[in-house]
Amino acid sequence: MPMNSFLGVFAKSPLKPLEDHINLVHQCSQGLLPFFEAVYAEDWKTAQEQQQAISKLEKQADVIKRELRINLPSGIFMPIQRQDVLDLLTQQDKIANKAKDISGRILGRQLTIPEQLQVQFLEYLQRCLDATEQAKQVINELDDLLETGFKGREVKLVEDMIERLDSIEDDTDRLQIGLRRSLLSIEKNLNPVDVMFLYSIIEWVGELADISERVGSRLELMLAN
Amino acid sequence: MDIIQTYGFMLIVTAAAVGFIMAWGIGANDVANAMGTSVGSKALTIKQAIIIAMIFEFAGAYLAGGEVTSTIRNGIIDSSYFTNTPELLVYGMISSLLAAGIWLAFASYLGWPVSTTHSIVGAIIGFAAIGVTSDSVHWDEVTKIVGSWIVTPAISGFIAYLIFQSAQKLIFDTDKPFENAKRYVPFYMAAAGFVMSLVTIKKGLSHVGMNINNSTGYLIAVAIAIVVAIAGRFVINKIKFDPQAGRATHFANVEKVFAVLMIVTACCMAFAHGSNDVANAIGPLAAVVSIVNNGGEISEKAQLVWWILPLGAVGIVAGLALFGHRVIATIGKGITHLTPSRGFAAEMAAATTVVIASGTGLPISTTQTLVGAVLGVGMARGIAALNLGVIRNIVISWVVTLPAGAGLSIIFFYMIKGIFAA
Repeated sequence: MPMNSFLGVFAKSPLKPLEDHINLVHQCSQGLLPFFEAVYAEDWKTAQEQQQAISKLEKQADVIKRELRINLPSGIFMPIQRQDVLDLLTQQDKIANKAKDISGRILGRQLTIPEQLQVQFLEYLQRCLDATEQAKQVINELDDLLETGFKGREVKLVEDMIERLDSIEDDTDRLQIGLRRSLLSIEKNLNPVDVMFLYSIIEWVGELADISERVGSRLELMLAN
Repeated sequence: MDIIQTYGFMLIVTAAAVGFIMAWGIGANDVANAMGTSVGSKALTIKQAIIIAMIFEFAGAYLAGGEVTSTIRNGIIDSSYFTNTPELLVYGMISSLLAAGIWLAFASYLGWPVSTTHSIVGAIIGFAAIGVTSDSVHWDEVTKIVGSWIVTPAISGFIAYLIFQSAQKLIFDTDKPFENAKRYVPFYMAAAGFVMSLVTIKKGLSHVGMNINNSTGYLIAVAIAIVVAIAGRFVINKIKFDPQAGRATHFANVEKVFAVLMIVTACCMAFAHGSNDVANAIGPLAAVVSIVNNGGEISEKAQLVWWILPLGAVGIVAGLALFGHRVIATIGKGITHLTPSRGFAAEMAAATTVVIASGTGLPISTTQTLVGAVLGVGMARGIAALNLGVIRNIVISWVVTLPAGAGLSIIFFYMIKGIFAA
């Protein structure tokens, strides 16, 4: 039966895939917790399995990313700017990439976290993952934002959530400074190359929170116009 | 004159058959557009949609289809040019039906969303302007009709925008969206019921032989509105809502209330569609029948013969019953993020616009009006994504339809004339 229905005007919504994407990305970054648990125990076999799980989730997120891009032709009319959606997607994707990079590098070098730093590092990692969790929550409000036509109370609510995301990111900055200081105090006793990599790992973990914050601010920009 | 007396019965049967097939096509194809939003937003199942469409398409066609039928029958053409050659008008109307029917079949085959209304109006203008003389066309009337094709989507878009914004203000952007939905949704139902019944009473019922004076008409419309609202309220209260739904999903319950409202607007949409589109199939038939029955005399004021409106209505329902299921099934899939609250705003705006146009006798395109309404909701940032490319194609196919319908009807006109001249 040929279709001559006008319903072709309804394009595929980009919001649901955006939510699916951040949920996967978040799940992927959460994989860092069991991964580091294995690293702390120096159980490299489990660590490798965890790394593979992270990598697999990252690939799934990539698939959603690609599909979403293909389904967003330029002649599309949305309540939010097309470019903003694409930018947001790019940022979200970076979280998963970062999680994969962190786990990949640790595993590749069989880099251990010095015992004196382990508690502090875990706290830091957890806080950074709180930021990605918050970014996930924010993006999952897109449904309700659409329901309310991107205005009114719901916008206020999302803005508050983004503010909370910002303050989590501030926390991680503070924790990062403390962690670096602790590393500095013990670095003389460690292998210099390992120390360099540790610094870069600390930085990368911090980027999880940075990028999460950027996800929030992209969304804020969307709401502004 | 002789031709009409000799072949009169045959001409009526031919016109009736072609008109019935046309109505059948409208039922099979166009109804998908009218009901698609309801099915797409999952407010109705396909079966429910078909049942609603059958009842309300029939009611709309029968009760409110008269005005537009008169316009198609004798509003576009100045029949004084045919006083001495009434058979030409009969041939012309039959060719118009054939032309519009074939064009629609062809366009459906290619998947173009063309308008039945545009095809038939184009076809009638075509045979009259080229086959007879361009003076025989009521150009001022045609300008009015074509103008309405631009104005009605704009109006319906504007109404949809307002309805959507009002729902936002009253329900969504409040502390207690769910409670407010339960409180205000019956009012929307009442409004829909009021407009539909008022237009029907004031414009439609005279065609079925009922005359109701002004104040009684208003009273009846208000009464119907109240009945609809109370029934709606009752249904809403009976629905089981998920009490566990936390803040995160509170709009899900609100949408359930709107899904009930959408049943009402779906009825309105089917009614409006029936009232406007039945004329495309039976307007030309009505002209043929009136000429033949009057022995070749063309009278502008003749009453519609009683069996014509029901014939069109039955045709639409038959098309629906046979093919509607398949057509609606294909469109039901694939619409994402069209929640009942948006579908309702678009449907209510489109139905109101169409039914008012039907009341004033303007043959407008239901689909076009619906597209305008959807854009209106989109402008209010209510719909996740719209394909502007598809909208452009729709507009192009509408523009092409006028000359295509005209060209085909000219060809058929000369063919039929040739057959009878021999």
